[in-house]
Amino acid sequence: MGIYGVYIVSKSGGLIFNYDYTVPKIETEQTFSYPLDLKLSYENNRLLVSFGQRDNIKVGHVLLAINGIPVSGKKLEDGTDALDMLNDTANYPLNLKFGRPKMTVNEKIFLASMFYPLFAIASQLSPEPRSSGIETLEADTFKLQCFQTLTGVKFMVIADPTHTGLEQLLKKIYELYADFALKNPFYSLEMPIRCELFDTNLQALLEQADKNGINSI
Amino acid sequence: MTIYNIYIFDRMGTLLYHKNWNRLKLSGMSSEEEAKLMYGMLFSIKSFVSKISPLDPKRGFLCYKTSKYALHYYESLTGVKFILNTDNTIKNVRDLLHQLYKEIYVEYVVKNTECEMGQPIESELFKLKLDIFIKQHMKSLQ
Repeated sequence: MGIYGVYIVSKSGGLIFNYDYTVPKIETEQTFSYPLDLKLSYENNRLLVSFGQRDNIKVGHVLLAINGIPVSGKKLEDGTDALDMLNDTANYPLNLKFGRPKMTVNEKIFLASMFYPLFAIASQLSPEPRSSGIETLEADTFKLQCFQTLTGVKFMVIADPTHTGLEQLLKKIYELYADFALKNPFYSLEMPIRCELFDTNLQALLEQADKNGINSI
Repeated sequence: MTIYNIYIFDRMGTLLYHKNWNRLKLSGMSSEEEAKLMYGMLFSIKSFVSKISPLDPKRGFLCYKTSKYALHYYESLTGVKFILNTDNTIKNVRDLLHQLYKEIYVEYVVKNTECEMGQPIESELFKLKLDIFIKQHMKSLQ
């Protein structure tokens, strides 16, 4: 059991709220000798492992730090080029830290707007008439449950695949949204939700749902 | 339980095979265009899933459900994709799709020298066997 996060997408497909409840941290630190048995590539301003996964280092993980100094993009924090450092035999043994990249706010906005057409196409390609869009999307590591209100706002929760009763949880979140976001005189529709009361109530709801199960709310 | 239709794509996105059984609503476009839309949607879903996943994904996307139907997805390591649309009640479609890949696709397409890779499947034997296979399972799962 576990809830990873909550997303709210407005009628026009923009991300208006997101909350990370528990995000597992996947990081490994290891000492390497020359030559490196991993293949790294530079993509999207990050150094990624592109081949040679082993132990806890997987393809797609990014290089986070060299000898404890954080790496941002291609460069270390002190300005030296990370690739030059990795290619130089004299620097070894090196202590490298790899981890699953965290989503930036921009990426979250991008993904939220990406879900919008997927939702629409799923209903268009339906073999049965009058189908809704995607309600549940399952992958091996998580389950995404989506609830679209009559006004077109989408509430999404990402949870463990074994989690049940997510529909009720989404209805409850909708209730909180109606109570604390919409009744807030400083909130304008389609804009990001910045209401403290909404945040605290949502957090309490998620904690309760995670601890005692959905039925207790 | 009902199986509506099946799509088979290769790793380049070519539609290898498509068949409708009990489809009640047509999408109103040519099957070629529909296949492109379907492949595009799945491609986006795959990338969406790999980015939004909180843990390292292994097999990635498995299925999605709407209020009326469920789409099940199976991809072999070589990139051949099987998409089966069914109603919401059916379970264990993954095993079924794996079986379909192993017993029908490999046997009657890969082992058939007349079938060219990356081209739509023309083999009548394959079409017949697939039809029998699906109809058998529609009955047995009822």
